[in-house]
Amino acid sequence: MSLVLFEQVQEGDELYLDWLLSGLGWTFTLAITGWCIAFAIGILVGSARTSPHRGIAVAARLYVEVFRNIPVIVQMFLWYFVLPEVLPANLGDAYKKMPLPWASFVPALAALSLYTAARVAEQVRAGIEALPQGQCAAAQALGMSELKMYRLVLLPQALRIITPTLTSEMMGIFKNTSVALTIGLLELTAQARKINEFTFQTFQAFGAATVVYLLLALVVYALMHWLEAHYRTPGLEPSRAPRAKAVGAKQGV
Amino acid sequence: MGPLDFSVVANALPFLLNGLLFSLELTVIGFAGGLVLGTGLALIRHLEVPIAAPIASVYITLMRSIPLIMVLFWFFFLMPLILMWATGASRPVPIGPVWTAFITFTLFEAAYYAEIIRAGLKAIPKGQYEACKALAMSSAKTYRLVILPQVLRTVSPILLTQTIILFQDTSLVYVLSLTDLLGAASKIAQRDARLVEMYLTVAIVYMLICSLASQMVTMLRKRYAIPSRA
Repeated sequence: MSLVLFEQVQEGDELYLDWLLSGLGWTFTLAITGWCIAFAIGILVGSARTSPHRGIAVAARLYVEVFRNIPVIVQMFLWYFVLPEVLPANLGDAYKKMPLPWASFVPALAALSLYTAARVAEQVRAGIEALPQGQCAAAQALGMSELKMYRLVLLPQALRIITPTLTSEMMGIFKNTSVALTIGLLELTAQARKINEFTFQTFQAFGAATVVYLLLALVVYALMHWLEAHYRTPGLEPSRAPRAKAVGAKQGV
Repeated sequence: MGPLDFSVVANALPFLLNGLLFSLELTVIGFAGGLVLGTGLALIRHLEVPIAAPIASVYITLMRSIPLIMVLFWFFFLMPLILMWATGASRPVPIGPVWTAFITFTLFEAAYYAEIIRAGLKAIPKGQYEACKALAMSSAKTYRLVILPQVLRTVSPILLTQTIILFQDTSLVYVLSLTDLLGAASKIAQRDARLVEMYLTVAIVYMLICSLASQMVTMLRKRYAIPSRA
């Protein structure tokens, strides 16, 4: 059995491997840009969920309910098929006539980032709510504005608490990029399907893509693990290992 | 675009409801099958069964790292080949998209449920096992009567939340051209050129069902929490 990835495609001088790599490129670009947007919106909405102002809290809750409870594929269809129809005619036309990868990429990005943002927001809220009441009270006692309290006191601690759950959200956005194939983006899964259609080497085509997804998950895991260790507040983390060590050192063990 | 005309939705209602029924069917099968299989996988890992435990662990990691659409494709294209090989048939044995969906969702969800249940197993205090031993319960009885009922009770909110995600994920059978809620809507949308009305309707239906379901999970969690550990 020869390796089909290193064969030339039927028309052209690329290798099938190039198709797969191009798919990986789009998957990666979509996931990373989507994550940056989702993270920013997620922090804003998550903080707003805990706001003492009722209006802001309700608006944030509404955002989460809408964007978390509609399946990603349906959201992509809304951005891809529905939005250009409900926009004013000239805008809608311009939106539809974007050059090809972008006509799929932009709706996919919008759908993925807003969906993930809703999920991140719920984690951020949980993180803020897990902090002791005293943190908020102390910030107020120091005369901090609400904005400063969130920026300097609550969020830095909450984000550290939720790093492990954010890891799985980040892995989630990488996996969800595959949904973009339904609106025509040739990302990793789509390229694997295309290679399968051209060569009938099902096992190799999907096997290669599966290995790439595994590697992506591994990279995300390693990155988040490093971030968690790097931004750890010494002495504050609940993990038992370092403390046990310190006790041991004191006793001269 | 002309004015919105939702009569197209009303006319297609029976077709859409049939689609929704299939989505729910898929959710129920995926939930039931996934729960049984997932509990098995979790126990295998928890009890550190030789040979089986590392295999279960690899299976769970693999399933959780690749997208569901990819798994659907795997089973759609490979099951026929595997069946050909297993039954000695001379050509691939097609299983069709419906069976592909049922098998995929069961096997895929099993991996997610397994991790949830395993976390629950870890949280059971040692004293429970010791008490069972003191009562001379067999290992099977210990798990069936004491450990698993507690585990399922504590993790049920997370299991149900995962099941809501499963329900959302059933819409991905679109890639197999199946007629679930989304599939039904998209077929009508294309036939009648009424994409805006159909997709908006579908979005609202999914949102209402999932919102309601997650409210119910929150209520159940408050009501059925084990008091001492609430």
